[in-house]
Amino acid sequence: MTRRPLTLRREWVHGWLLLTPALVLLFAFTHVPAVTTVWDSFFSTPRGRREAAFVGWRNYETLLADETFWQVLSNSLWYAAVTIPASVALALVMALWVDGKLAGRGFVRLAYFAPTVLPLIAVANIWMFFYTPGFGLIDQIRGLFGLAEVNWLGDPALALGAVTVVAIWKEAGFFMIFYLAALQSIPPQLREAAAIEGASRWTFFRRVTFPLLMPTTLFVSINAVINSFRMVDHVFVMTEGGPDNASSLLLFYIYETAFKFWDTAYAATLTVVLLVLLSAVALGQFFLLDKRVHYR
Amino acid sequence: MSQSSLDRWLNTVGAWTLALVWFLPLVYAVWTAVHPGEYATRFELFAPLTVENFVNAWNAAPFARYFLNSFLLVTFILIGQFVLCTLAAYAFARYTFPGSGALFALVLLQLLVMPDILIVENYATMRTLGLVDTIAAIGLPYIASGFGIFLLRQTFKTVPKELEEAARVEGAGSLTVLWRVYVPLAKPTYLAYGLVSVSHHWNNFLWPLIITNSVETRPVTVGLSVFAAVDQGIDWSIINAATLMTSGPLLLAFLLFQRQFVQSFMRAGIR
Repeated sequence: MTRRPLTLRREWVHGWLLLTPALVLLFAFTHVPAVTTVWDSFFSTPRGRREAAFVGWRNYETLLADETFWQVLSNSLWYAAVTIPASVALALVMALWVDGKLAGRGFVRLAYFAPTVLPLIAVANIWMFFYTPGFGLIDQIRGLFGLAEVNWLGDPALALGAVTVVAIWKEAGFFMIFYLAALQSIPPQLREAAAIEGASRWTFFRRVTFPLLMPTTLFVSINAVINSFRMVDHVFVMTEGGPDNASSLLLFYIYETAFKFWDTAYAATLTVVLLVLLSAVALGQFFLLDKRVHYR
Repeated sequence: MSQSSLDRWLNTVGAWTLALVWFLPLVYAVWTAVHPGEYATRFELFAPLTVENFVNAWNAAPFARYFLNSFLLVTFILIGQFVLCTLAAYAFARYTFPGSGALFALVLLQLLVMPDILIVENYATMRTLGLVDTIAAIGLPYIASGFGIFLLRQTFKTVPKELEEAARVEGAGSLTVLWRVYVPLAKPTYLAYGLVSVSHHWNNFLWPLIITNSVETRPVTVGLSVFAAVDQGIDWSIINAATLMTSGPLLLAFLLFQRQFVQSFMRAGIR
């Protein structure tokens, strides 16, 4: 009777000891900064000898009155709203193609997946050239049809779209992999049974494949949402958020505010907005996700 | 029958068209990089080949140093992640102790709130620690990876308890059991996670850009952006050669280990 609690407690200590190194770093660079961000958003930015002072909601008042913020927020939401469905839908189509019988399947799969392993900052350089007015590949192709030059990255109406296309190109192949894995786990008997019943391929996809892929779709979508707030590297190379913040995204604006204008308190306030958006995603995940998808 | 063959034909055409569009940026980069500058926009089949762009790019910036930095960085992160995530995953998979559920939830939270977006606070932390502009500072926030802990925990849970008990009977301690029983059985997971981690951190840009400000610490991604930004009038061919150089090691590894790469990403995401 006396030994059992003792060994139990030794197991506790062992468990905690094994966890300690990872948890220390995890808290130091994820959880603690997430909390101090909120804390710092209620203080002013320390400048020179002036220390940070408690300012209550003032940073948030600045935020509400900041036109750039509203533009960047709507840019980010637009970017997410286009990138997510487009890359997920393309990923599904790609996976269906690569999963079926296809001549040169190896090459096709390689082509779809290649953007995933390339640095976004590097491919942005290549895309820059595609978009160059006049000389760029897109304009050269348009020129063949007698269409005029377009300044894709310099036109406020087009810059965000141009940046979004690169994000879709980069991500679709990555999500394809998850669909491919899911497709390969669907038992072939289902297809045979459907063939006997005389179901068309489209019916089979709509009634069998697509519902079976639902957990994957949710998993991929959540990843896509998180990535859409994180993927800003190409903005640095292609537009630097311009022209007139037309292609600026929230994380890029946070970077500018903190490391160009050195207004860390306001950058913290902007980060809080990003955290709120991500929490909304987490809640959505919690309510949407099937019980089966929950990790044990 | 004819309808299904038409169907197949349409699918093949669609799949190939998309594949070619997807490959185009890469093909174009290779084209400009191996031809003299004047062929950057003129596509002639027999344009002369050259390696001069690569030589010029290599000489125009300290790329050798950038490569070394990137190599040190991904090695540091990978070793750190393997050690810390293995220990933590073992604790979550095989130990019962109060708070394990809540702590695991906090670990999973990192899948959502990544260090990537907490740049302001993490920069302040690094300044307090006096680590600004060091390779350690680039890597530290990523070493305790929630993703890695989760992945390894799932793998460790599939290891039969009998194997562990057999080892215990022979007198092995906890860490010996972990090292002799669990780690060897999780090799495919380590490979998968390793590939994902290396490609992710080789490509990472924003945080290294913020935390480094000298040639001695910059990884290739930041080096490339500095190189392409400073010389505005620089040749497209040279920029593209530099671009290919920085992606080169990954691209090469990907071509050589294509199957493992794809399977690794699948394995990493499937559970």
